[in-house]
Amino acid sequence: MSQAPKPISARRAVLTILRKDLLLERRSFELLPAMGLLALGTMIVLRFALDQETVSGDLAAGSLLVPLLFASLLGVSRLFGSEERDAGVQQYLLSPAPAGALLAAKVAGLALVLAALEVVLVPVFGLLLLGPDLLPVLPEIVLVLVLLDLTLATLGGIVAGIAIGARSRELIVPILVVPLAIPALIAAQAALAPVLEPGAEALAWRWPGVLAIYAVVLALVGSVVGEYLVED
Amino acid sequence: MTVRGLRPLSILSVVLLAAGFGLAFFYAPLDADQGFRQKIFYLHVPIGIVALIGFVIGGIHGLRYLRTGNSEADLRSYVNIHQSQILAVSVLITGAIWGKTAWGAWWRWDEPFLVSFLIVFLLYCTYQPLRLSIDDPRRQARAASVFAVVAGAFVPINFAVVRMADAYLHPRTLSNAADGSMPGSVLITFLLCLVAISVLYATLVRYELLSKSTTFRLRALERRAGGDDLIPRRSAVPQA
Repeated sequence: MSQAPKPISARRAVLTILRKDLLLERRSFELLPAMGLLALGTMIVLRFALDQETVSGDLAAGSLLVPLLFASLLGVSRLFGSEERDAGVQQYLLSPAPAGALLAAKVAGLALVLAALEVVLVPVFGLLLLGPDLLPVLPEIVLVLVLLDLTLATLGGIVAGIAIGARSRELIVPILVVPLAIPALIAAQAALAPVLEPGAEALAWRWPGVLAIYAVVLALVGSVVGEYLVED
Repeated sequence: MTVRGLRPLSILSVVLLAAGFGLAFFYAPLDADQGFRQKIFYLHVPIGIVALIGFVIGGIHGLRYLRTGNSEADLRSYVNIHQSQILAVSVLITGAIWGKTAWGAWWRWDEPFLVSFLIVFLLYCTYQPLRLSIDDPRRQARAASVFAVVAGAFVPINFAVVRMADAYLHPRTLSNAADGSMPGSVLITFLLCLVAISVLYATLVRYELLSKSTTFRLRALERRAGGDDLIPRRSAVPQA
């Protein structure tokens, strides 16, 4: 007599999928270099488009955030790539793991990839473009970028879930992500611009607060719609 | 699907619109700074408010579809978003006309209220392409409903973030109404126009629902007459 499969906790399912995705990325090493190259290339384009040797304030914040946004678009487009190739979503749904855990794992994975990208990109930005010293304001930058990563990853996960099965996913994903990311980018820009001025001003806490609230709202929406995104 | 009360609603829309615009032109005073050109306020602002509420209603119907799987909820979500998109185009056009007469420019990038409306409009412009890119009707309805929920939640957040920004070139209509700085005649006219546009919106939504459900029935009859060879066309419209 066959027994019903034992349910898997959401936490364990998230960790298992996350480990699988990170292992795949470590072995193939495709996404992170591509995101890094795109971000670096965009930074170089901005340097010539702005015609500035170094940047500070508003320009500096924009020169850091725009490459990050472009790089995140690459990550979002490929978020469910491995599942779609091998009918992984259907296979996942056959397992006793909760449906929403797949989306949560993808969000966590994208946030980690974005953070890894920034570990390289922010020092490069400090060396190549930023006028003022990077080190004194590094904690503020890290705080804002962590919140931005969580926001971009959450909305990226939702958008990637919406676009599963779409014929022209590479067209749909960017046009969905960019408008949804604008409030987060406005808040990150407003938070970073004064910090990146030559005489760095204190961080205006309301903007990281806005980022955090947006991330929480997106996470709540994601938790409501997540189970419907991952369906056969 | 049954759509009732179209005739009285249509008559009510015409009466309220005539009354609202009558008050706007003959009762509400001329603005001391902007003169006659300020009259566009009675059209532009109510349309903007109704369009944003329509987007949120589309999200609520999207959530209903996700919860129940009822294709009527998906259709209602589609129709509300579609009508709000049309109103949003009107908002951008009337806003540009007002901007040209009031500020001397069709568009001001330093005015976050305008820019945020454009962002919302651009986001909803992706709704039909998203639907069209998914062939399976069930999956299409599900993805569109998730989009409607996410975008419906995005609308108030986007405007809240924008209101936190520093520039206040654009008049804050609702704040003025709330703090009593708007004259009584202007407030009455504005509220009547808001009600008129809301009723017009409800009427247009019902007309489109009726049109779509009639089209579905007609297609069903065509399929029955033409046999199984008649292949359904690709469409962004929900297939009930």
